[in-house]
Formats: sequence, C-alpha cells, structure tokens
Amino acid sequence: MTTTIPRPAETQPGSTQLADTAVAIESVSKTFRLPRQQYSTLKERALHPFRSTEYDELRAVRDISVDIAEGEFFGIVGRNGSGKSTLLKCVAGIYGVQSGRIAIAGRLSPFIELGVGFNPDLTARDNVIINAIMLGISRRQARERFDHVLAFAELEEFVDLKLKNYSSGMLVRLAFATALEVDADIFLIDEVLAVGDAAFQQKCFEEFFRLKREGKTIVFVSHDMFSVERFCDRAMLMERGEMIEIGPPPEIARAYHKLNFGELPHEQADQPSPDHGTAITAAWFENSTGERVTSTSREEALSMCFEVRLQEELLDPVFAATLRNELGHTIVVARSDQHGALSGSFRSGETLTVRFGMPNWLSASRYTLTPSVAREGTGADALALVEDMASVMIHGGATGGILELPMNIRIDRT
Amino acid sequence: MSASAQVPVPAGRRTPSRHMHGPSALGGDLRRFWALTFTLARTEFKLRFFGSALGYVWTLVRPLLFFGVLWLFFTKVAHVNNKKGPAEDFYGAQLLASIVLFTFFSEATSGSVRSVVDRENLVRKIHFPRMVIPLSVVLLGVFNLTLNLIVVAIFALSAGVHPMLSWLELPLIIGFLVVFVAGVSMLLSALFVHFRDIQPIWEVTCQILLYASPVIISVVTIKDKVSSTLLHLYMLNPLASSFQQFRHAFITHATPSAGQALGSWAALAAPIAIVLVTFIAGFLVFNRAAVRIAENL
Repeated sequence: MTTTIPRPAETQPGSTQLADTAVAIESVSKTFRLPRQQYSTLKERALHPFRSTEYDELRAVRDISVDIAEGEFFGIVGRNGSGKSTLLKCVAGIYGVQSGRIAIAGRLSPFIELGVGFNPDLTARDNVIINAIMLGISRRQARERFDHVLAFAELEEFVDLKLKNYSSGMLVRLAFATALEVDADIFLIDEVLAVGDAAFQQKCFEEFFRLKREGKTIVFVSHDMFSVERFCDRAMLMERGEMIEIGPPPEIARAYHKLNFGELPHEQADQPSPDHGTAITAAWFENSTGERVTSTSREEALSMCFEVRLQEELLDPVFAATLRNELGHTIVVARSDQHGALSGSFRSGETLTVRFGMPNWLSASRYTLTPSVAREGTGADALALVEDMASVMIHGGATGGILELPMNIRIDRT
Repeated sequence: MSASAQVPVPAGRRTPSRHMHGPSALGGDLRRFWALTFTLARTEFKLRFFGSALGYVWTLVRPLLFFGVLWLFFTKVAHVNNKKGPAEDFYGAQLLASIVLFTFFSEATSGSVRSVVDRENLVRKIHFPRMVIPLSVVLLGVFNLTLNLIVVAIFALSAGVHPMLSWLELPLIIGFLVVFVAGVSMLLSALFVHFRDIQPIWEVTCQILLYASPVIISVVTIKDKVSSTLLHLYMLNPLASSFQQFRHAFITHATPSAGQALGSWAALAAPIAIVLVTFIAGFLVFNRAAVRIAENL
C-alpha cells in the first residue's frame, strides 16, 4: 500500500516488531434505552404509578472488537450517528458498556473533546489551570506548565483576556495546547482540527507526529479523511453501530466516500489489483518549480502528477486526473486525450510520470487527486484508479465560490 | 508505507490489564477527586467574587437585608422577642447567625439541584467522578458561610457577646450541618436528572424549613406555646438542633442547647442519626445514578 504524503519521522523503531496492545475492545455493544413516554416529573410518576415505561432500544454500538496497538494512531470514521463517538465515550469511561469489555494499558486521557469546561468569563490563565486540573494534572504542575502552554498556543499577549473575547481559532489553540500537557499514554480525540488557521493546523500536525514518535497511542474520531489518511496507521469505518471495514486509511477513506456519495463515476467493479497489471504507484502535487507540495498558496501554478507502471503494451491509453474538494465535489477532470490528443504507444515494464499542469484558480480548501489510467477509447475501460491518492491544501482568502477565476472588471456608466 | 497497517495487531504480548469500567460517583483517585471539587468550587467563588463591581458584598446583601427586615419587624413593630428574658439576649446576633446558617443550607441545596444537569457538557465529555459536581456546590457554600460567619462574629462582638470556650464546638456544629447539606445535595441532584419538578418542590420545602427551624422564632418562644413532645419533634429536624446549638454555643448560654431542648443529651442521637441516614441515602442514590447520568441527561 502506498501513501502519497510523506510522513515525517514515522518509522519508529518498534513498528517492525509486534507492538503491545494499548486498548483492547472485545465485542463491545452499547444500547441506549429511549423511553417512549418520558415521565420527567414526580407528578406524572405519582399520577401513573404502575404504568411501566416502555423503551425503544437504540443499539448505538454493536459487537465491536478491535485491538489498538501501543503507539498506533487509530482512526474511527463514519457518518453522523454511526456510533463512533459513542464507542469513544465507552473507551473513555463516560458511558458504561452493555456487554463486552474494554481493557486499557497505560494512562488514558480523560477527555474526548478539546476545551471542555472552558469558562468564557474567566481569563486564559485561569481557564488553562482549571482545565489542566480537570484533565488530571495537579495545581502545581499546571502552574509550572502554564508558560509552555501559552507559548505553544502563541497567545502570550492575551493571557489576561477573558475567553469570551477570544476568537474561535484562538480558543482551539488554547484548548489544544492545554490538552497536550496532560500526562497520558492514550489520547482519545473527537473531531479536533476543524478550526484554526493553516499555520496552526500545521503545528498541530507536527505535534501529532511528536506524540506518535513518543509512542503515544491516539484514537481519533473524524469526518475528515484528509487527517485520517495523513496521521492514522489504521482506520475503522463504522455504520449503524457496526464495523464495516478496518484497514489502511486510504482504503477506509475510499470506503467512506463510497458510503457517502455512492459509487464514484470512474470506479470499475473489476479493478485490477495493483500487484498485477498496470498500476499507479504514486501521486503528488507539484508547484511551478517542480517541487512536491502538500500545501501551497493560490495563484502559484500547480501540477497534478502521478507515476504509472505499465505491465502491458498500450496504444494511446487515456491518463486522467480528477480533482475533488473537501466536500467530494469534482472540480476538475483532466484527460490526456483532451482535444483529441493521443498519448502514443508504450511498452510493458515502462514507468511513466504524468503531469497535468494548470493555472491555480482554486479557492482555499483541501483538494484530493484521483489518478487513473484507461485503455484507449472513452476512458471507461480502466486499468488502474486510486481514489484520493494525494492531497493538497490551498491557502488564500476564499470568496465562497469554488474557483477564483481571473476577472476583467469593467464598470460602465450608461 | 505504514507498517502497523500491514501487520495484524497481535492479541497482545502484554495484555492490557486495566479494565475500563463505566462512569462512577467517586472514582479511584481521592486526590484528584478533592482537587476537582476544590477547583470547581473555587472557580465559581471567583466568578461571583470578581464578576461584579461589588463582588462579595452581593453574597452578603441577601442575608443581611433579610436580617434587617426581620429585626426591625420583630423588635420595633411586633415586639415578639422584645426582651422577654435572658434567653433573648443578643436577639439580633442570634437572628443573624441563624439566617446565615440557613442561607448556607438553602443556597447549597438549591444550587446543587440543577448542578449535574447544568454541567452537562463536562459530564458528557470528560471521565471524572460525578460526585464532584454536587459536592463542589456544597464546598462553595462552605466558602460563603465562612466569610459570612466572620461578619456574624463581628456583629456579635460589637453587640457585646464575649468569646467563650464553647466556641470550640462551632466547627463540630458546622461539620454536622455540612454532612447534612452534602447528603441532601447528592440526593436532589441525582433525583433531578429524572424528576424535573424536584426544583419547585425543593423551593417550597426550603420555605417550610425556614419556619420549621429556629431562625425567626426562637426555641424559647415555641417552648412556651407547645407541648414538650411537639418541641422534641421539632428539634429532631437537624436544622433546628444545629441552629439552636450554634446559638447556645456562640452567643449566649441563656438560650437552651440542642440537648436541653430535646430533653436529654442522649436524645441528640436522633438528629445525628437522621443526618447520617440522609448522607448515606444521598450517597447511595447518587452512586447508583452516576453510572448512567451521562446517558440520561
């Protein structure tokens, strides 16, 4: 399995050996009892003393078993209501489980969301200390680490500002910085990186890698396939409380998109496996100077690139690159046979690099590249296709449109 | 390439030993329990203290105003307690002391009714011992009580009360009251999750208790009006016995002690038993509810 984004310092010494289990989830189920008629007052209870309450059972988590290794970055993905947060809360001990068991080795972070318990009427200083105590640090330790927290969040100048005057991005920075001070071996995180500017996100990513290097285990619940693919060693897809798939993040991300958007237009049922036949071995984005980039600013020319290893002789194959935005909308489909151009003939065993250069008019967002190779013709006879193989973050102001096209603006008085 | 994605995670060379139990009332770590309770109470205290221009003054204004009205009414208008005998010495100080104690009781218990529900976001997002929440409300009440008692002491001393050896009893009496308040608070906060009309019910109960305790009407006045059996019943109320003992020990020995009002010292075992039963019942009910509190909110 190839991942496209370089993962800095990811090869930990332990990763080749068998790792210890940090979290063992054994056939865990969780059912919520939802009363059909809620008696929420004593009066009602007194008026209907013998009417037993009927319950609807909502099986939020059904028989899930998974072992999460020490030092593993484990992603749980799924749509809203799929039970992923409930599972996380069971692991955190916020909910008790119905059946099955959960065993933990090491210290578990007690929170699942950042900034829980922040009080808008208190200053950053007070909030950080209170939050740290809530998360299990002693008051003295909290005081000692306070400067570090503020420095990491880059909020030193706002230390005595009340939180209600903070922007949401500043809040997230503060919350994240505080959470990192918790002494835990296992972190449980529910949707964290949605806010914050690009620079801070980058910092959070680096911090995640640092945690990973230190051998911390992280269980991460997200909708954001980009971060799941970028960080997670393994991921699990949940739907209606059940585990649908578990495996390498790119595959899970693909399954997730499938679940959300149905079958994708390019997808072929009988896709040749990458080990035989023609395969796409890598995909990436390049800037105008030919450097590989994972983030770039708008207006700098961008190329969608991928590498293909051919295993058969091909005449005029169709290379295509599909660019999708965060929401899964297809923004651009570039084909090598555009305008009737032919790609030529290729021998078996050749390795090709295909580049689609374009002016970058994309609005600020995260984009993914889906490269594909097909036999000559309509492009339907696909030889290889890898969904969302590479991604790039485009920075710059967003107007709200999908594209930021160059405009000739003219205002005439009539 | 991510190695651990390929390698099937082994069943574990070292199996995780610690089992994750669901949420609990107390949790395993008493130091964390205390740190959390103290922090929550301290935060609330700070918010009240610094939240407004007059801060602490507001906490005091209510009992003081109430005191002022009652004092004026009873001493100047109704003449109910106007120097009937030595037991009514320092009537003002006695009245103020009782009002401050009652304020502690009613604020702490009423404050804890909604406490767990109001802190929903904590309960649903962080694993921590649930009992911290009602107990932090009680602790906040203790902070306020301590400050208010200083005011009571100043008032009493300036009214001519002399320091007595029996002041050493005061921590015991307050401790007795705190245990009672904690029991009631745990009970109410756990019940409120299921029964939302606990709140108005409790407000009314507090009103009744105000008159069922020696706050406005002193024990001496009651003694003259009712049979001794009825007085003994009245004194079974832990508020009545603790307030009366407080008045006796702190202000003047001329007013009967709780033991005297109950008939004998041994009879004090009854209100003590009521307090202990309340505390244990509150603890058990909360403990039982704690497991599912996050789901039932």
